[in-house]
Parts: sequence; structure tokens; C-alpha cells
Amino acid sequence: MSHLLQLLIYGLVLGSIYALGAIGVSLTFGILRFANFAHGDLMTLGAYFCLSFVSLGWPIALGGIPAALATALCAVVIDQLIYRRLRREAPVILLISSFGVALILRSLVQIFWGPNNQVYRSGIQLPWRLWGLRLKPDWVVILLGTTLLVVALHVFLQRTRVGKAMRAMADNFDLARITGIDTEGIILWTWAIGAALACAAGIFLGMDTRLHPTMGWRLLLPVFAAAILGGIGRPYGAIAGGLVIGVAEELSTLVINPAYKTGVAFAILVLMLIVRPTGLLGGRA
Amino acid sequence: MLNYSIFFLILVGIYGVLVLGLNVQWGYAGMFNIGVGAFFAVGAYASAIVTTPLSSEHLGGFGLPFWVGFLMAVAAAGSIAFLIGLITLNLRSDYLAIATIGIAEIISQILRNERWLTNGVRGITRIPRPFRGWIPGQDTLLYLGLVLLILLVVYWASERAYCSPWGRVLRAIREDEPATMAAGKNVLKFRLQAFVLGSMLMGLAGALYAHFVNFISPEAFQPEFATFIVWVMLIAGGSGNNRGALLGALVIWGVWSGSELLTNRLPAQWTTRAGPVRVLLIGILLQVILLTRSQGLLPERPPKPIWLPSAGRRQDLSPKRDPAE
Repeated sequence: MSHLLQLLIYGLVLGSIYALGAIGVSLTFGILRFANFAHGDLMTLGAYFCLSFVSLGWPIALGGIPAALATALCAVVIDQLIYRRLRREAPVILLISSFGVALILRSLVQIFWGPNNQVYRSGIQLPWRLWGLRLKPDWVVILLGTTLLVVALHVFLQRTRVGKAMRAMADNFDLARITGIDTEGIILWTWAIGAALACAAGIFLGMDTRLHPTMGWRLLLPVFAAAILGGIGRPYGAIAGGLVIGVAEELSTLVINPAYKTGVAFAILVLMLIVRPTGLLGGRA
Repeated sequence: MLNYSIFFLILVGIYGVLVLGLNVQWGYAGMFNIGVGAFFAVGAYASAIVTTPLSSEHLGGFGLPFWVGFLMAVAAAGSIAFLIGLITLNLRSDYLAIATIGIAEIISQILRNERWLTNGVRGITRIPRPFRGWIPGQDTLLYLGLVLLILLVVYWASERAYCSPWGRVLRAIREDEPATMAAGKNVLKFRLQAFVLGSMLMGLAGALYAHFVNFISPEAFQPEFATFIVWVMLIAGGSGNNRGALLGALVIWGVWSGSELLTNRLPAQWTTRAGPVRVLLIGILLQVILLTRSQGLLPERPPKPIWLPSAGRRQDLSPKRDPAE
């Protein structure tokens, strides 16, 4: 029983990381109508930016702020340099381009930070032991951090002009433009927010495991599965989707080899796309 | 220098087969496959397992001749593609792309973890090179002949397929799926055929690679990379155009090999970073191509309808009447 609970808790931790990534994917997919394959590598980039500040002696939480800003800036620059010029092409051209951007970001990470595993702090964190459960303090930080970011996102989407405009664009792009919304400006905001959340996801993943140039790419499948499960263009659905995928992957290790966890996200993804392509909360197909 | 050019041409030939396979899937039918590396790996492993001598480290010991290995590679890649295609080919192109990332990741995990089958990360050694000892010291040259022969046959067949009614239906699906469906074509069936055929070619390329390098391990098939360079080749050459695909394989492999000369000039402390620098260059090259010439070096030229006087040389290849109608 306690083993099950243990898996459930870790599934939620993992799910929070997926959820933060999936929000960004869902926002950009919803507004720009293309699957950004570079999103995983934005996570990697954010995690490594934070590493640079940590190695200067900053605490992780403090280093996360400039790291998120830098990641957001990178996403905006990439959009202006490349994606903006391709927006009139078929979405699939943007897809190919983002695949290339993913590789570019990864090679930059390898060039600047090296190809090996790295950690934010060396040494083993002693887990707390409660009722036969082993809880790492980092997990609490990750869960609390995710909650905080999700609440902030909620306030942003519901209360601010930019957030409302973003939701309007996700619902109906042309209608939003007719009503006078500055769509190009909102697209930049979308990139910035998606990238900042991706950076947080990357940092949390780095805290939980380690930093590696392919860490984000490996997360791409569960993150997309979460975004599709929640319904594309629905950030709230993406959060639910992330948690479901995280828990399902962890619980699956009861019956299958943990190396094949990816298969679970894949199975959920394909099943969802066949059975209910609009997602659990009814986004767009 | 001669040895280097033989080596270079063999790899161009192998990539040529891969790119032609991707062209059938993407160029003809518009199916976005990011699992190229996975089918390449399946072909390489299938052929390696049936042709290697007995080993306690992985499944094998059949010691069959290389052509049986090639057939096995084609069959293995084709059957896996068939199973995957059945469940994923109904998906929209961007969702299919995501699904193929998953497939590539699962296959790469199987290669790493099923040690009884593949010897895990340590890989399979002693894969025999065909024609060894036929003419002493010249087996690489003979192998180049084999690669080029296979490439020629594959090119000829792809070109015929492109001009056939079958190829026309695939292009129709790519351009307008509902219209093709309304014309009474079974879209899923055509897609499945193209997906399986393309994957078989990728498997064949894998077998050619395995018998050339004699040693394979999961490291050689890092999906994102093996896949990425093939995509750049197709986009650069011109998707939909078989000659463009081959030109892309030649040019991009040339750029890739040439970039090694460049990275060799980097200061000593940068030598470990040579690999990423080269990927970076190829990645930037892809963006430049997409931004300036997204149709590639040789843009697609579908055969013109035969009643036009300006139909050109390809007229001979297109059938007089469409039996599929």
C-alpha cells in the first residue's frame, strides 16, 4: 500500500513537470496552430541558464528568475528570426523548422555547458521518512512551485488584458484580430509565457534528476501527450493531462520495466487521438 | 584519397536509400515521420542478427548469407511499420509526427534494454561484409558497387511509382485528403502502403549500413540525429523529387563531411565540442533553406497530364490511361 502511495506521490511530482511543459505547448499550439518540437529543448535551455546562476553561488529559486527571463527572450528571438517569417507557409513547414530549432538549441547547450550530466548541487539529499514513505524535500518544492505558477497563470489569463486576448486568440484567431487585438504582440507574450514555464519545468526536472542536453527532448512525448489529453489550446486541460500522464507512468512501473515508461505516454496519446481527439476537457481537434 | 572517396560514396548511397524512403512517405504522401532512425536501426539489427556467427551475447548464430539479412531487414522494418501504421496513420500530420517520436523512443529503449536480443548498449560485432576475399583488398570497392546497384534499383522503382496512378493518388491525398476520399479512394490503405514501403527502404538502408561498418550499437542510431540529417537532405534536395532527394543526400553529406575539416581547425579545447558545432551548422543550414528556398534545390515536378503538348520527357513514363479510375 505504501509502495502504491509512494508511486502516486512521485507521479504527481513528475506530472507537475509535464504540466508546466504542456501549458506552453498547448498555448503555442492553440494560438499559432503548430506543434513546437523545440519546446522540450527550451526546457533544457532554461535548466542550464539556471545552472549558470547557481554556479555563481545563487540559490536555485533566485537563479530561476533571470533564467526564465532569458529563456523567454530566446523564445521571442527565435520567433522573430524564424517562425514569424514562416507563418504564411503550411503549418508543417513550421514543424520541420521547429525540429531544426530543437537541434540548434541542443547543440548550443552542448557547446556552452558540455555534453555530460550535471547537477545543481552535489551530495545526496536525505529523504524524510513518514509512515513508511520516503519523501525528498525537493518534491515539496516542485509541487509548491508548480501550484504557485499555475495560480499565477490563472490570474494572468483571467484578469489581465493580455491574458484575455490570449484566450480569445486561442478560441478564434480571425475574430480576435477583427476586434482589434494586436495579434503579433500577443504571440510574443505567448512565447514568453510558454518559455518561462518551460524553464521552470526544466529547472524542476534538473532538481529532481540531473541536467543533460537531451533531458528536454526526452520529455517531448509525455508533454505533448499531456497537452493533447487536456485538449489543445486549453491550458487548464494541459495541467490535468500532465498529472494524469505522470501518475499513469509511475503506476505502470508496477507491471512493466521502468525503461518502457515512455510507452505509457505513447499509448495514452494514441488512444486519446483515436477515441477523443478533442481532449478530456473538449479543446480543438 | 581514393579510399576516402569510396567510403564517402558508400555513405552517400546508404543515405540516398534512406532519403528515397522518406521521400515516399513525406514527399509523395505528406506523412510526417520523425522515426526514420528507428526503422534504420530495425533494419540494421535484423540483418545483423541473422548473418552474424554464433554469440552468447545476443540472439543469433544463424550465419546466413548477407542477402537473406537484407530481406530480413526489409521484412522486419516493413512489418513494424505495418503495425504502427494501422494505429497511427489516421492521425493528422502533426499528431503523426508526435506519435513517431514515441515509436522511435520505444524502439531505442528496446535496443538498449533487451540484452538477449541486441546485447544492449554494447551492440553487435562481427557483422560480415559481403564479398570479403573475392578480390583481395578490394571488398570496399565491391561493396560500393552493391550499394550503387541497390540505389539505382530503388531510384528507378521510386520514379516509376511516382509517375504511376498509385503515386498520383498519394499526391492527391497529400494535397487534399477529403477530395481524394470523395473520389472513392481508400485513403488509409494508400497511406499504409506508402508508409510500409518507405519504412522498408529505411530498413534496407539500415542493413547496408550494418554490413558496411560491421559493428552496430544503439549509439549509432540516436533517433533525433539519424533522423534529422535525413530530413535536412530531403528538404534541401527537394521533397517529392527523387533526383532532388539524391542530390540532397550528396550535398548535405558533403557539407557534413566538409564541416569536419572546419571543426578540425578549432582550438584544442574545442575538440570535444566538434560534434555539436557540426549539428549546429546543419541546423542553421536547414533554417536558411526553409526561409529562402523551401521547395529545395530541385523542386518537385509532377508529370504533366499527357494531353498537353508541353508534357516533356516524362510523358513516356506516365500511363496512357489510369487503371485506378
